[in-house]
Amino acid sequence: MSLEQRDLDYGERPEGELDFDELADLLGDHVLDREQHVHTEGFVVRADEVATVLSKLKRRAGFDHMSCVTAQEYQDRYESIYHLKKYKDPTQELSIVVPTPSDNPTSQSGSGVYETANWHEREAYDLVGIEYDEHPDLRRILLPDTWQGHPLSRDYNQEKPQIVSLKQNPNPMQTKTRESGDSDTMFLNIGPHHPATHGVLHLKTVLDGEQVVDVDPDIGYLHRCEEQMCQQSTYRHQIMPYPDRWDYLSSGILNEWAYARTAEELADIDVPEYAQVIRTMGAELCRIASHLLAVGTFGLDIYGDFTALFMYTITDRERIENILEDLTGQRLMFNYLRLGGVAWDLPEPREDFFQKIRNFTAEFPESLQEYHNMLSSNEIFHMRVQDTGILPPEEAKQYGCTGPVARGSGIDYDLRRDDPYGYYDELDWNVITDDGCDNYSRAYVRLEEMRESIRIIDQCVDVLEEWPEDDREIQSNVPRTLKPDPDTEIYRAVEGAKGELGIYIRSDGTAKPARFKIRSPAFCNLQSLEVMSEGEYIPDLIASLGSLDVVLGEVDR
Amino acid sequence: MSKNDHLHDTLEQAQSKQEQRMGEGADSRFNSKLREAFGSSPFMLTKLDTFMNWVRGNSMFVLLFGIACCSIEMMHHYATKHDVDRFGAGVPRASPRQADVIIVPGTIVSKFAPRMKRVYDQMPEPKFVVSMGSCTISGGPFQEGYNVIKGAEEVIPVDIHVPGCPPRPEALVYGILKLQEQIRAGESAPVTVKPYELQEFGDLEPDELVQELADDIDEDDLVMRYNWADSP
Repeated sequence: MSLEQRDLDYGERPEGELDFDELADLLGDHVLDREQHVHTEGFVVRADEVATVLSKLKRRAGFDHMSCVTAQEYQDRYESIYHLKKYKDPTQELSIVVPTPSDNPTSQSGSGVYETANWHEREAYDLVGIEYDEHPDLRRILLPDTWQGHPLSRDYNQEKPQIVSLKQNPNPMQTKTRESGDSDTMFLNIGPHHPATHGVLHLKTVLDGEQVVDVDPDIGYLHRCEEQMCQQSTYRHQIMPYPDRWDYLSSGILNEWAYARTAEELADIDVPEYAQVIRTMGAELCRIASHLLAVGTFGLDIYGDFTALFMYTITDRERIENILEDLTGQRLMFNYLRLGGVAWDLPEPREDFFQKIRNFTAEFPESLQEYHNMLSSNEIFHMRVQDTGILPPEEAKQYGCTGPVARGSGIDYDLRRDDPYGYYDELDWNVITDDGCDNYSRAYVRLEEMRESIRIIDQCVDVLEEWPEDDREIQSNVPRTLKPDPDTEIYRAVEGAKGELGIYIRSDGTAKPARFKIRSPAFCNLQSLEVMSEGEYIPDLIASLGSLDVVLGEVDR
Repeated sequence: MSKNDHLHDTLEQAQSKQEQRMGEGADSRFNSKLREAFGSSPFMLTKLDTFMNWVRGNSMFVLLFGIACCSIEMMHHYATKHDVDRFGAGVPRASPRQADVIIVPGTIVSKFAPRMKRVYDQMPEPKFVVSMGSCTISGGPFQEGYNVIKGAEEVIPVDIHVPGCPPRPEALVYGILKLQEQIRAGESAPVTVKPYELQEFGDLEPDELVQELADDIDEDDLVMRYNWADSP
């Protein structure tokens, strides 16, 4: 990278670091104050200048990825934090902190600059109660429309009753006057109970003939208060079981790692190298299991392949779950990672365990070939998914897409390589991208990523086999009650199965986080469904949804 | 001799074989081991109800219904290795109108409860409910959540509870078998009024909350009153 001639963004040093002073100069008087967060600096800006600041940073300084908006209420004020990153180098981060007074929590919306801010700000409005001026569509997103109060604000009383209505959804097109006068549109509810929605997702779809005029994902049918749960739990042990349940397609270890990485960096905990290798191996097994289900159900959605592809993938998943059960003691909700390491060492006898993994990694490429035969060399499949659900890379960046969805649009972005953690930078593997930008590319990227994961697992087993017996440290010393310094803030992300899974934690000096915000990749990816499916046929909408591989536990949290 | 002759018996050959097998006389197609076991009569006497329960228990159509984490284990119990179809309960139906059994696999939150109630109401009688996982028993790990319903039994009557977070597929298969036993014995959960019932908005007691929402909700809209504090 260093030999290449790169155009430097504003505020970027040649060695790939950010020069915060230069960035502050760029923004000039807009910056009221500068805060030091653990992962980067935060610029405090005025509530009515958000759009100006964001668009300057996006156009001049190259911050093209807004990964998350965190909203929170302090004793004396509300605050929204925009976490900015760059797709070309996610280690270059900047936080834009927007304080608003308690009596009038209104700030300017950033959704004109980054499309992805739209849903993030709706969520902030829904849960915390900050109002965003100039937001195109500020209504509740996770909770029912009739909900009273904002549950993550300080004065919310959970004991108060609520009323939830079961209203029939009106056809939104009927009220709009259209040029043709008597246009023949039909309103169609897909979900919340529908096999093609992969869970309890509700799509409000307006059709003109067979074409999709408008699609509005209605989420929140699985909003089980994950952030509240984590804010009620102590750092050391109580939070760790919850990440397993965000992305529950057996991506447990990947999710746990997101929390482990954030909390370890927040509290300055070292992780022994041996534990990192085990984590890496477990995480990649989880990734394969997760992608297998994505691919299997995709085939099921596209051409109803319940008997072959779906059953084959489930069979392979069973093998992975057996391995993971040997390692962690659970099939799905592993709760295996601990802050500072892992819960226990590899199962004895180690040789048998290694042999089991070796058998799997040796035979898996053959199954993978079979999946390719059933998908990428299947004519029906090609006809259904090629050139449908187009997501151009610029749009994908606008919507904050990450993971296989971004890589299927040719965006070379993978936190395992770009923001290395664990043992990944010691291993030899590739990031898979595909320029097709269609449903086919996304499925193809997942299939090929499994091959890379197998390579990683093989190398991890090599390393673990060679590891000296007297140096198998699985956990570092962690205080019994973990109390990070007060008023430290951190946002850290790992590459989950669906993309960038980030966590923001603010500590207030107690054993529980004061704010725990989850940046869910599926939540951001789902926003791009509109771009992919409007104007397309309804079966292509289903294909696009399948190719996004959303998991509602993670979308709704 | 043509190729066909090898493959198929002529009518005469077939008849002679039948005689060899079953003895001379009329074609008695009720002859079977089962009949021998019953005695000389090809009939058995039973109550229609008992017979229907036996049939029901052995041919259950399950609703294809996924909510949360447990639905992944539910998929595994349909699929290879665990294959619940062995027990005559593995035909998932996508429409509630064709299903007898609903497995509730996951956390139920306030927004979803009215929808689940609606899906349950659409199933034809007699219908049975298996609640899968801790969330459907008590709210599980999310019990304290501001948005979480503390168990499926708050909304619909439940026949079998399968504990676990999530239960292993084997546990769910065991639960299904237990349900089959219950159905064969003609037992089902008593249908009682649940804390969370769908009712028309106009029928609610006009308290503070109802008055506040009066502009947003029509009188005849169906609503569900969610009360975190008062549920057990």
